[in-house]
Amino acid sequence: MSKIHVTTTVNGDEVEFLCDPRETVLDVLRDRLGMTGSKEGCGTGDCGACSITLDGRLVCSCLVLGAEAEGREIETVEGIATGEDLHPLQQKFIEYAALQCGICTPGILVATKALLEKNPDPTETEVRYWLAGNLCRCTGYDKIIRAVMDTAADMREAS
Amino acid sequence: MQYHTPTSFEDAIEIAAQADGITRFLAGGTDVLVQLRADIVTPDTLIDIKGISGTKTITHNDDGSWRIGVAVSGAEMTEHPTLARDWPGVVEATDLIGSTQVQGRCTMVGNLCNGSPAADAVPAMVAAGMTVTVSGPDGTRELAVEDVPTGPGKTCLAKGELISAVNIPARGANGGDAYLRFIPRTEMDIAVVGAAVNLRLEGDTITEARVSLGAVAPTVLLVPQAADAIIGTTLDDAALTALAQAANAACAPIDDKRGTIKFRTHVAGVLAQRAARIAYERAQKAGK
Ligand SMILES: Cc1cc2nc3c(=O)[nH]c(=O)nc-3n(C[C@H](O)[C@H](O)[C@H](O)COP(=O)(O)OP(=O)(O)OC[C@H]3O[C@@H](n4cnc5c(N)ncnc54)[C@H](O)[C@@H]3O)c2cc1C
Ligand code: FES
Ligand code: FES
Repeated sequence: MSKIHVTTTVNGDEVEFLCDPRETVLDVLRDRLGMTGSKEGCGTGDCGACSITLDGRLVCSCLVLGAEAEGREIETVEGIATGEDLHPLQQKFIEYAALQCGICTPGILVATKALLEKNPDPTETEVRYWLAGNLCRCTGYDKIIRAVMDTAADMREAS
Repeated sequence: MQYHTPTSFEDAIEIAAQADGITRFLAGGTDVLVQLRADIVTPDTLIDIKGISGTKTITHNDDGSWRIGVAVSGAEMTEHPTLARDWPGVVEATDLIGSTQVQGRCTMVGNLCNGSPAADAVPAMVAAGMTVTVSGPDGTRELAVEDVPTGPGKTCLAKGELISAVNIPARGANGGDAYLRFIPRTEMDIAVVGAAVNLRLEGDTITEARVSLGAVAPTVLLVPQAADAIIGTTLDDAALTALAQAANAACAPIDDKRGTIKFRTHVAGVLAQRAARIAYERAQKAGK
């Protein structure tokens, strides 16, 4: 089967890859680009562990074909911290112990970062609805929600 | 699988018309990719329509009607500054599809052409009196949304045909629409029953109505008897009772772990009543 040549931008860097037409962006990130931050929980759009942004829009990378990434801008969890400096969300997740096994965490960080950029002052209900497509089997969600609410408050004060 | 990215509908039609085996169009991919990954449907030909110009545009025409590009996502509809003012039911129904992530990709056309009887956007599209423009090797035709699905997973589109635009009528004066679904949880589930109502008032009296039900038959239903039950009334108790009875009578649902026949039939009536009340209130507000 002939492979498709794709040029795209990942966390600000231009990257090129060859992929099979059936491969997803998640497959490409993990298996071709060695970026294993995005996780595969289900592969069918249900769990959100593979969340990325595509041209700024939050999507499941398991439901986007690698070929569709041509000319687009992808942001993944690897792009959230600045060097060694963690993003406020990452710091709060540690502080609140908003993770246990950590499989859901990259997707939740990408999703909540997208939320706070769109809405810096969300209600708890808005955060819960926004994250309805990010499943966590360990934390019971409460710590996650509290970490997000507290980060939002801090970021509002800082700005 | 061959992946194509045509830049015009003419090219997309030509590719589809000449393709052998299974062809799928790729809008948001939230059905196509799930079916591909689960080995349910592996298309021989996959035609990505998002590179065709105009497919990402929402246009409010001079006559008040709307034209929605076939690749416009649920999130783009929700974010539009005025679409939900005219058609809150259509926007809220589309917004119920999946999670935030799915909203970033899913389209009304994909929801319709996937052919699920439980598709959430479709009852609201039917109630709104929406049409789709179908383009194919023999030219272009306009179809009512309710005429597109022919059974679970099936549409009336012929080989080489695709939907090139989605049309919403002008809202006009004193109108309102609403969609409600029943699911066992509050998010991320498949409708056990869906009900959409669109109506127009003159004073307090309903002069026009369309009622549509989802997940209670092999396709989404337009139920004219349910509309007749409320036309000419002020949506009083007698009208609401007649509406529920007409909705019940139209149901021919499946019996499964998510809902028995009896349950689905009953809930169809209840949701039709509630959706009618919301549509009625919205129409009253529009008149003020
Ligand atoms: C996690 C998850 C949750 C979901 N939740 C819901 C839900 O709550 N309610 C619901 O109704 N659905 C739900 N869905 C299903 C799906 O998201 C919707 O049906 C969605 O609207 C499909 O749109 P799409 O653009 O992604 O379609 P695609 O997957 O791109 O296409 C779907 C079908 O439409 C055809 N098609 C696409 N464009 C055209 C065109 N222009 N002309 C002709 N045919 C075309 C394709 O060939 C394909 O058969 C969910 C899916 C996932 C993964
Ligand atoms: S792996 Fe993509 S949503 Fe679960
Ligand atoms: S921490 Fe284990 S799934 Fe969320």
